[in-house]
Amino acid sequence: MTGFSIFFSVVEGLVAGLGVTAFVTIASLALATAFGFFLALLRQFAGIKLINLAIDACCEILCNVPALTHLFILYFGLASIGVKLTSITAAVLGLGLIGAAITCAIFRAGFAALPGGQAEAALAAGLTPLQTIFEILTPQAMRIALPALGNYAVQLLKDTSVVSAIAAPEIMFFARSMVTSSFQTTMIYATAAALYLLLSLPLMQATRFLERRYGRLKG
Amino acid sequence: MNALLSVAGLRKSYGPIEVLKGIDFDVAPGEKIALIGPSGSGKSTCLRCMNFLEKPSAGEIRLDGERIGVRNGHVMSDRQLAPQRAEMGMVFQLFNLWPHLSVIENVAIAARKVRGLPAAEARELALEMLAKVHMTHRADASPLELSGGQQQRVAIARAVAQKPKLMLFDEPTSALDPELVQEVLKVMEELAAEGRTMLIVTHEIAFARDIADRVLFLDGGTIVEAGPARQVITAPREARTQAFLNKIRH
Repeated sequence: MTGFSIFFSVVEGLVAGLGVTAFVTIASLALATAFGFFLALLRQFAGIKLINLAIDACCEILCNVPALTHLFILYFGLASIGVKLTSITAAVLGLGLIGAAITCAIFRAGFAALPGGQAEAALAAGLTPLQTIFEILTPQAMRIALPALGNYAVQLLKDTSVVSAIAAPEIMFFARSMVTSSFQTTMIYATAAALYLLLSLPLMQATRFLERRYGRLKG
Repeated sequence: MNALLSVAGLRKSYGPIEVLKGIDFDVAPGEKIALIGPSGSGKSTCLRCMNFLEKPSAGEIRLDGERIGVRNGHVMSDRQLAPQRAEMGMVFQLFNLWPHLSVIENVAIAARKVRGLPAAEARELALEMLAKVHMTHRADASPLELSGGQQQRVAIARAVAQKPKLMLFDEPTSALDPELVQEVLKVMEELAAEGRTMLIVTHEIAFARDIADRVLFLDGGTIVEAGPARQVITAPREARTQAFLNKIRH
């Protein structure tokens, strides 16, 4: 085989994982953002001590244990007690829940950054607390949260590589299996790196665009 | 007794510190009342108790006979308070416009969300209110592009758009550059001329003297002196009022 044809077969092999990498990223990002936002609302506005304590505890556990450990618990741990998840389900669930803890903190910081007068003016105008939260506070908190969310999304894309450890067939999974059979170590991993860049650079650009378009309001 | 607003035995404590030590006053329909006094006297707290942004520790507030903030002996939740608060338009020292909404949306949103007006009607109402404060030309601007005086005028339009029974002003010119104070006072003067009922916390003594019907002088959490504006400001009876007025004139 010529160098070129080896290279193309490597690319072909890795591209097979591209879809799973993209899917795991998008699905866990969606789960993380939706669930994290919900937790942030509860934590910030419900004012119920027990719930606050529970949310804080969960976030600490999710953030302070390695992702790989969480994934092993979900994939191997649950299987051993009879709950069998597919590797992709376990990956999305694991990264999504860890992400929820991260985005929860990001959204809370967004809400906390708003001056108290914003909510006061809304309540004084006769808006209900829910209207105040969704019409007045959330749109502003989102803008503050946007840069951190963008960074998190890119970080998440890169972190999907750990799910190869539970045999989710994404880019790094194929890269490793091709290395063991062909020993083209450098070329294969370099190609994998290029593929990640191909995904992360546009994602980075997209978040920068959103920041410019909707970013923090400047006084 | 046909007071629009009546306040009786109003007290407010923060922990061991009592900020309001029993405030009583009535406001007749159409009356303009200025609350003046040294900082820390409790005048802003008193004003913020009217719509329960501060929850009073004791006392009774009635607007048009309706007990504000308390139902069946329980303090109402923010959700329950919303319709009562909508009856009072409030203007804040720091304007508190919502920066993610355009000027006209700031004025229109409560009409849509609270009173359920259709968007077109709310917009029309908002334009009408902006005309009152001479801000129609900036209807589509962001609040962040406006000067402090312009922001406060929009905030006044927002409060007036509630069609409130009572307007509350919490030091509306204290955060403004000196040259911008007059444009806000002028708008307030025009509102006063419309016969609105206004409760104004202010340090603008000349304004209080000329616009208010009555002045309440607060110090140390009590009303030290109350009376016709001109009398209290030009010929105060109480030594503490005299001392305060002398201090701010120099």
